Amino acid sequence: MTLLAAASTSTATAFIEVGVIVLVLSTLAHVASRFGLTAVPLYLVAGLMFGEGGLASATVSGEFIELTGEIGVLLLLLTLGLEYSASELRTGLRTGIVPGVVDAVLNAAPGFVAGLILGWSVTAALLLGGVTWISSSGVISKVLSDLGRLGYRETSSILSLLVIEDLAMAVYLPLVAALVVGEDAGTTAVTVAVALVAVMIVLWGAGRFGEQLSDRLGRGSNESLLLAVFGLTLVVGGLAERLQVSAAVGAFLVGLAVSGPSRDRAAALMEPLRDLFAAVFFVSFAFQIDPSDLMNAAIPAVLLVIVTAATKIATGWFAAGRAGVGARGRLRAGTTLIARGEFSIVIAAIGVTLADGDELGSLAAAYVLVTALVGPLAAKYADRLPIGRASGTRSVPVT
Amino acid sequence: MADVTETQLPGVGVRHEFTTSTGERVGVVSHRTGRREIVVYDRRDPDACSTVMNLAPDDTRTLAELLGASRVNEALTVVQQQVEGLAIEWIRISHDSEMVDQTIGDGALRTRTGAYIVAVVRGDETVPGPGPEFELKESDVVVAVGTVETLAVLARLLGIPHGAASGSGSPA
Repeated sequence: MTLLAAASTSTATAFIEVGVIVLVLSTLAHVASRFGLTAVPLYLVAGLMFGEGGLASATVSGEFIELTGEIGVLLLLLTLGLEYSASELRTGLRTGIVPGVVDAVLNAAPGFVAGLILGWSVTAALLLGGVTWISSSGVISKVLSDLGRLGYRETSSILSLLVIEDLAMAVYLPLVAALVVGEDAGTTAVTVAVALVAVMIVLWGAGRFGEQLSDRLGRGSNESLLLAVFGLTLVVGGLAERLQVSAAVGAFLVGLAVSGPSRDRAAALMEPLRDLFAAVFFVSFAFQIDPSDLMNAAIPAVLLVIVTAATKIATGWFAAGRAGVGARGRLRAGTTLIARGEFSIVIAAIGVTLADGDELGSLAAAYVLVTALVGPLAAKYADRLPIGRASGTRSVPVT
Repeated sequence: MADVTETQLPGVGVRHEFTTSTGERVGVVSHRTGRREIVVYDRRDPDACSTVMNLAPDDTRTLAELLGASRVNEALTVVQQQVEGLAIEWIRISHDSEMVDQTIGDGALRTRTGAYIVAVVRGDETVPGPGPEFELKESDVVVAVGTVETLAVLARLLGIPHGAASGSGSPA
């Protein structure tokens, strides 16, 4: 009886702690949407406030929040996989491979070099390269639709780049996950090989059997579809983690495998779940960051933002130029791509166990805080930037 | 018809665009959710849109109907002829109807059915407001007003409802 009583008081405390945190997040999400921004940077700030060395330290619920956050990562990747149909991935790959490579080289290199300059291990530097490489598809699709730019001609170039980045994650994540756990070169090579083979097999299986799987899933009610997709994500994620492929990749592949009408239904059903769990993930990530570390990371983060904003603009300029878009549109494409967000945090979270993990975490947090705020603003005002002889805003004739 | 270009928008849907005969570049963004956007490209920055119009699935249907102008005109006429609870019907008199070569008065049509005959169309000629002495012929088209029920009774006496333009059925 005493055990039960003790458990219930700690449960009560955990409920209150988690509840208060989630309430704060809801306010932040509201504020963010008022200003047309993503809530991710604000969630990070909330995590800093509640976490270690923050204003109000949450204690009892720490473990619960951590597990919930892990599920959040899986759901982020799952919904990403649900975004695209197999044919979109194929056309994305066909048309976007060259800009995709330019994107990877231009934007991962500054992060990697910065990591080495800071004296980190090669693995940590590779992770920082990932942080600066991947643009935030969440922020960017919101910006494009808020600004009414989905019809603009450069938009298809932007979206194709995002597809390539997301596909690249399917290779990059297991690679770095293997590097993080790998002890010597031999075992690491084996793990990486296993990881890549597993990804290939699942991708092939998704293309081959995805239709049947989706058909089977789609027959039931919304309730059964929700539970099936959620369960499948956790099981595949768990199995992938066992193989040291990174659970996130497993979840991404589940998302890719679900296709047809059940994909649209599943996407709609999983979205609210993802919003909840992912919000907790960002908080739990920021929990581990000491606010004073964040201050120390501020200067390198700002320098990194300046360099990688320039490289993203160059990437967008190049990608949109290939599609025959004019200077204005190329600049819009470049500025839109500046925003980094959820996936930079996912990548940094892989490295928490590294010796340089803490520094990586705070630098990534500071970096995302700045780019997620600067990116949408730059995209919004890109048309006001002076370029060449193109004039500024003009009145449109009413016909 | 103008050339229509299709562009995939991964994760969003697809965009179709074409140039109108007046040189305007117009596009439609079809979202996977069923939402549509009509965009008009800016003449000076051909990559940007000067006008973006958001359409819910219902709006898309309305707009598509409006653009199919000829059919809409017919639909509009029918709508005007429908008053709450009242319908108008065109009924062609079939050869086996008991009313062939009978006057409207002989048949006591208003008393028996409750529907009013407001006009009779014979060939190219229209007789508005025919009296009880008016003699009906085979293949005349009777224009009658009444409730859906009374018109159904009248139609049974005269023959078959005429054509697709019949306004039967109460207004939805």
